[in-house]
Amino acid sequence: MSIVGDGRAGTMHIPDGYLSPSTCATCYALAAGGWYAALKRIRRVLFTRAIPLISVFAAFCFVLMMFNLPLPGGTTGHAVGVTAATIVLGPWGAILATSIAIAIQALFFGDGGITTLGANCLNMAIVGAFVAYVVYRLLSASSELNSRRRVIAAAIAGYLSINASAFMAAVEFGIQPMLFHDAGGTPLYAPYPLHIAIPAMMIGHLTLAGFAEAFISGGMVSYLQKVNPGLLQGLAGLQQGKIEFRVPANAGIKNFWLAVALLMMAAPLGILAVGTAWGEWSPVDFSSLQTRAQIAAVSRGQAPPQAVPAGLQKLSSFWTAPFPNYAPAFVKSPHLGYLLSAMFGVGLFGVLSFVASVVARRRNRGELNS
Amino acid sequence: MSRHFFIESTIRAFARALSRALASEQLVARRGLLQALDPRVRVIGVFSLVLASTISRRFSVIALLFVAAVLLALSSSVRLQTLIKRVWLIVLGFTGVIALPAIFITPGITVASLGGVAVTQQGLRTAALLILRVETAVTLTTTLVLCTPWTHILKSLRAVRVPTEIITMLTMTHRYIFLFIETANQMFESRQSRMIGTLSGPEQRRVASRTAGVLLSKSIDLSEEVYLAMQSRGFRGDMQLITEFRMQALDYAALAGFLALACAAAWMGR
Repeated sequence: MSIVGDGRAGTMHIPDGYLSPSTCATCYALAAGGWYAALKRIRRVLFTRAIPLISVFAAFCFVLMMFNLPLPGGTTGHAVGVTAATIVLGPWGAILATSIAIAIQALFFGDGGITTLGANCLNMAIVGAFVAYVVYRLLSASSELNSRRRVIAAAIAGYLSINASAFMAAVEFGIQPMLFHDAGGTPLYAPYPLHIAIPAMMIGHLTLAGFAEAFISGGMVSYLQKVNPGLLQGLAGLQQGKIEFRVPANAGIKNFWLAVALLMMAAPLGILAVGTAWGEWSPVDFSSLQTRAQIAAVSRGQAPPQAVPAGLQKLSSFWTAPFPNYAPAFVKSPHLGYLLSAMFGVGLFGVLSFVASVVARRRNRGELNS
Repeated sequence: MSRHFFIESTIRAFARALSRALASEQLVARRGLLQALDPRVRVIGVFSLVLASTISRRFSVIALLFVAAVLLALSSSVRLQTLIKRVWLIVLGFTGVIALPAIFITPGITVASLGGVAVTQQGLRTAALLILRVETAVTLTTTLVLCTPWTHILKSLRAVRVPTEIITMLTMTHRYIFLFIETANQMFESRQSRMIGTLSGPEQRRVASRTAGVLLSKSIDLSEEVYLAMQSRGFRGDMQLITEFRMQALDYAALAGFLALACAAAWMGR
């Protein structure tokens, strides 16, 4: 219910004073869990893109809540926009966008209270988004993006999500007189018990407010099917569309170099390996009894030829590695040798990558100029 | 319902929101008690009083908080007329309607009979508690919003440990709300100016949902542009709020006063 906003009824922004402090605290705790999970998920998918997308979408939800939707019977109602947000952003994005819109309404337009902000977000943003998501996914499963089924699914999802939110609010109201009353039996907060609060709340939403959300959700899906069907694929659609999602350059590079450093540190572990790698033999290995036994062991018992194969003998002198056996000749410690080899290899790749990127950048610049 | 009812009523709602924001900005510039305080003190002080009014179970204590809220509003250049029109009558209209049946249906000691229906003492008490509590809370929050620039309120939320990311989102949302209100307003006005006949119910709903669809597409496009603009200015996900707030001796005294009043009310009203 709206108290001081624009005088509209039918929505369920609970004002301060209707719920006890412990109910408010519980709802805040539950909502905080939802916000945390949503922020974490959305950050993982959208990276730095999350903030402008959620902010602008929250502004959209806010303005959508101001639409006076004409309903059958000559009355008007207001949508929350949570179903539309869920279809386009997914449930996690919808939770954040709708919560931000609800917070702005409470802080600046007096629509809903400050102590009840957690309850309002829990009801409309969290429960609303998940009910809308589950119903829409179930009903539109495996259907084409431009199918009629999606329009109906969105409308039903909108209707059910608003009614689920209203039911939550009704339960929160209904438990107040049971739990919070003085010694004389006076209810201290919302005065009506569950058997009155639930029907009183649900009648208005089942017959009016639910249809407002149904019409706006179904109507929007129908419109988007014609003009921008990519938006109906959720975040995946946004990713495939013209909006690109980039990993923050800093974080990616930092993680990459950290991984490289760890691998370099682990390079001397190669010394611990026993036996011989199959096929990586040199001519001297054929004259060593111990190595011959190792070759036979990794070749299913088949003994190597007595003489060094002529091809191997001929080609082995074609190229002499600067660091034979992963260690420069002047380094005596095999551990240090492994480490130096790793550093040398990484450095070499780094230089080659840099040169390649400079060449590619120049080529791109040339293409742009032409 | 008149033929353009929904378009006109939506345009009126937009105009009301814009005029309310404008009125708030005008009041912010006036001199007053709240205006003289650090915004963080205002936010923490008002929130603590709202919390105290919710915690308190005694009518007399909530009434005391209500008087304090009215004095705070009057000393902050908020007119009594504004409070009556914008807060008290509207709250009385909605919460009063909700609380009214409780007078009759709450079980308890009968104190009077109205048209053969018993009025109970418990019913009267619960209705009065509910109305007074909501009046107090809304008077306080409206006074805060009328006397503090919105950007300052949002920045002050950092003082109550709201994450920077959320504050950034709230600030950006707040900014783009006005842009979207203007865009939606223009769409509805242009639609209305082209209409010469009447629209049936389904046609009106189609207009509303298409307008919402256009607004949604625009919001996605805008978010992309905003993101690119942020990136071009070096945004990499780290956010810092620039706050120019400085606490003075008066602010510390006012904060202590607010908290003392809230704690006393919570203790006395337990």
